[in-house]
Amino acid sequence: MTTAEAVNRPAMAVPKKASARQRSMIGARNRRGAWLFLAPFGIFYLAFLLGPTVWMLISSFFNTSTVRPGLGSFAGFANYAEMLTRADFWSAMWHTLQFTIYTVPPLVMVAFVFAVLTNRVRRGQWFFRLAFFLPFILPSATISLIWVFIFTPGSGLWATIVSWFGVAPGAGVLGDPNTAMIGIAIATLWWTLGFNFVLYLAGLQEIPRDLYEAAAVDGATAWGQIRYITIPMLSRTTTLVILLQIIASLKIFDQVYLMTAGGPGISTQVALGLITNTGFTDNRIGAASAASVLLFIVIVAIAVIRQLFDRSAARKAA
Amino acid sequence: MVAHRPSSLTRRSFLTGGIAAAGTLALAGCTSPLAAGLVGSPLNPQQLIFWNLFGGGDGSRMQTMEAGYTKVHGAGSLQATVFAWGNPYYSKLTLATVGNKPPDVAISHLTRAKPLYDGDVLEPITEADLASVGLSSSDFNPKTWAAQKTDGKNIAIPLDTHPLVMFFNQDVCSKAGLIDSAGKLKPLDNMDAFESALAAISKITGGAAITVANVSETATPWRVFTTLYHQINGVTPFISDNGSKLTVDKDAFTEVVTRLQSWVKKGWLNKGLDYAGAQTLMFTGKAGFYLEGEWEITTAQSIKGLKFGMVPVPTLYDTPAAQADSHTFVLPRKDRTPEQRKQAMGFIKSMLDQSLTWAKGGHIPAYLPTLDSKAYKALEPQADYASAAKHAVYDAPAWYGGSGSTFENTVGAQLGLAQQLAITPQGALSAITDQLQVYLNTPSPL
Repeated sequence: MTTAEAVNRPAMAVPKKASARQRSMIGARNRRGAWLFLAPFGIFYLAFLLGPTVWMLISSFFNTSTVRPGLGSFAGFANYAEMLTRADFWSAMWHTLQFTIYTVPPLVMVAFVFAVLTNRVRRGQWFFRLAFFLPFILPSATISLIWVFIFTPGSGLWATIVSWFGVAPGAGVLGDPNTAMIGIAIATLWWTLGFNFVLYLAGLQEIPRDLYEAAAVDGATAWGQIRYITIPMLSRTTTLVILLQIIASLKIFDQVYLMTAGGPGISTQVALGLITNTGFTDNRIGAASAASVLLFIVIVAIAVIRQLFDRSAARKAA
Repeated sequence: MVAHRPSSLTRRSFLTGGIAAAGTLALAGCTSPLAAGLVGSPLNPQQLIFWNLFGGGDGSRMQTMEAGYTKVHGAGSLQATVFAWGNPYYSKLTLATVGNKPPDVAISHLTRAKPLYDGDVLEPITEADLASVGLSSSDFNPKTWAAQKTDGKNIAIPLDTHPLVMFFNQDVCSKAGLIDSAGKLKPLDNMDAFESALAAISKITGGAAITVANVSETATPWRVFTTLYHQINGVTPFISDNGSKLTVDKDAFTEVVTRLQSWVKKGWLNKGLDYAGAQTLMFTGKAGFYLEGEWEITTAQSIKGLKFGMVPVPTLYDTPAAQADSHTFVLPRKDRTPEQRKQAMGFIKSMLDQSLTWAKGGHIPAYLPTLDSKAYKALEPQADYASAAKHAVYDAPAWYGGSGSTFENTVGAQLGLAQQLAITPQGALSAITDQLQVYLNTPSPL
C-alpha cells in the first residue's frame, strides 16, 4: 500500500499544475509504468489476499461447504449467532488472547535487553547476532519437534532438570491443562525472539554516538544513558515491534497445532485452530468464515486501540 | 555472431533468451521434478500413490504388504504415505481431492467413507471394477460388505473388521476358576455370570477386575458403551437421519451407564486410567479383563511372560453385539484412464491377497478366501474372537460421525467422566445433548 501511494502521488499531483499537455502525458506514461511494476505483486495480492477476504465476508452469510462448488443456501446471521453462542469459540478466543499476553511482553523486553547487550560487545558481535537470530529461520515444524522433545514427560530435558530440584515431573508441561500454554509460549519466545532483536539492534546502531559521549561527559551512568537516551530514541522501533508482535501473537496457529493439537481437551485450542477444524474437518467454510470475520474484527480493534493509545502518548510528549 | 559483436548481448536479449531456455527446459523435462511441479503433472505416471493412516504394529504390517506388491511390480511402482490418524487424515484426503491432487488409492474407516462419499470425494466401485481383477462382492464378509453399501453403490472395499473384544489374563482367570479344562475362558454370557466372575477376579487381584481406558481417551468409553447398549433388544441408534436427530434410547442409556458406575463403586472397574494404564493393569495381573479393540494384540504379544487370551465381549444383555469399524480401500475422485483404474484395483487385490499378514495384527479379515482359510483358523487367539465380526455394530452414519470423529470425542468424553463418577447418567446425557446441539441443528455441509 505504501509503495502504491509513494509511486502514485507525484503522478496524480502533476495535472494540477497548469504546465502543459506534455507534462500530463509524461504523467500518464509514468502512471502506466508504475502499474506495470506493481502488477506482479498486485495480482498476487488480489488473488491470495483481497480475493479470499471478500469471499470470506460473503460466504460467512451462507451455509458454504468445503466440498461443494458455490455458496450454498443463505444463512443470514446464523453462522455468527452460532459462533457467538458456542462455548468452545469463546474459550478459543480467550486462549488466543492468553497466548498474546504470555508472549508479547517477554518478546519485546527480552529482545530489547539482548539487543542492548549485544550492541555493547566490541568483538565477535556477529556471533551473538547469529545465535539470537538463528532459531527464527527454522520452520515451525522443526521448533515444535525440538520443544516436544524437551517437554517429553519423564525422560525429556525439562523433566530431567526439574527432577534435580525435587519436583515430580508428572504428565509433562504440555500434558497438563494448566501449563500447556506456558510451554507453547516458551517455545515461541525462543523461536521468534530473533526478529525483534534484529529490529532493536538496527535501531540502536542509528543512535548517534555523540549523544552518549555528551552524556558521559555530563556524568551520566550506564543505566541513565539507557533510561534517557536509548529508550526514548528507540520509541519508534518499540511502537513497530509491539504492533507487529501483537498481530503475530494473535495469529498463533502452527505451534499449537503441532505441539498439542489444541489439547489436552481444548485447553490450548486457539481461534485459528477452531477455524481450521470448522472449515476443513467439519467442511463448513461458511461457519469458519464467520469465525474468521469475528477474529478479524478483534485484531483490527486491538490494532486501532494501540494506535490511538500511541497517538495520545505522542501528543502528551509533544 | 556473438564472437564478432560481444556488445550485441544486451540485457533484453539475455532475458528473452533466458525465458526461452527456461521454457524449453520445462517442455523437454516432463520427467524432471521441477517441471512436473510447475505444470502440475504427476511425477511418475506409472507410480501408484497410496495414502494410509497406519502406525505402530499395523504400520509395520502394512509395509510388509506393500513390499509384497513392489516385489511383483517393481521398485518404483508404489509410493505409500502415512499420515497421522483421525480427523487430520480425513481433512487432508478431502482437501487433496477437492484440490484435484488425490492419491490413487486411500485407506478410510468404513464409518468415515460414508461422509466422504456424501461429500462427493469418493468414486463408487462397480462390479466391473471388481471383476477386472478377479474379485466379486461374494468374496467379502456379507455383514461388512452390506455396511459399506450406500445408496445402492459400493463405496469402499473392506480389508477387515476390527471389533471391541475382551482380553483376559490367563493366570488371573485360572486362579479365579474361570478357565475350563481346555484352557479357554468359560462362557460368561449373562449379567449374573459376568458379575460373579468380576467378583471372583476382584478377590484374586485385591482390586480391579476389568479395565477400560477413560482418561485422555474418548474412543474407548464410546466403544464399550455402544457395545453394551446394542446388546439390549430393540434399541434405536444413538443418532439418525445423517446426524440430524438424537434418537438415543434414554432408558437403555441410563441402564448401561448406571451398570458401569455400579461396577466402579464396587471396585471392579477402574475409576480413572489412561489408555496405556488400562493395559498395564491387566498385563501385570492387577486386573483380569481388559476391553479394547483387537489391534492391541501386538502390544500384548510383546509383553514377556504374559499369558493372555481374547474373546468376543460377553453378551450381558439380550443379544450379542460389538462396536466395530472396518479399514477399507477407497478410490478418491479423479480423472482416471481405464488402465489407471485397473492398476488401482490391482493394488487393492494384492493387499487383499495378503490379508493373512494383516490378520496377524488382530484384525478380522473381510476377504472370505482368507477368513475361511485353514491358515487363519489356526491362528491363536485370533480364531477365538473371529465370530465378533458377525455381530459388528458400526457407528450410525452422520456427517460429523465415525471413528475418531467429533461425535465420538463429544459423547466419549462425557462417558469417560461418568466412569470417573464425576457426573450422573442423566448429567452425561444432558451434557451430550447440549454439546451435540450445534451439530444436530446444522444441515450437513456435504
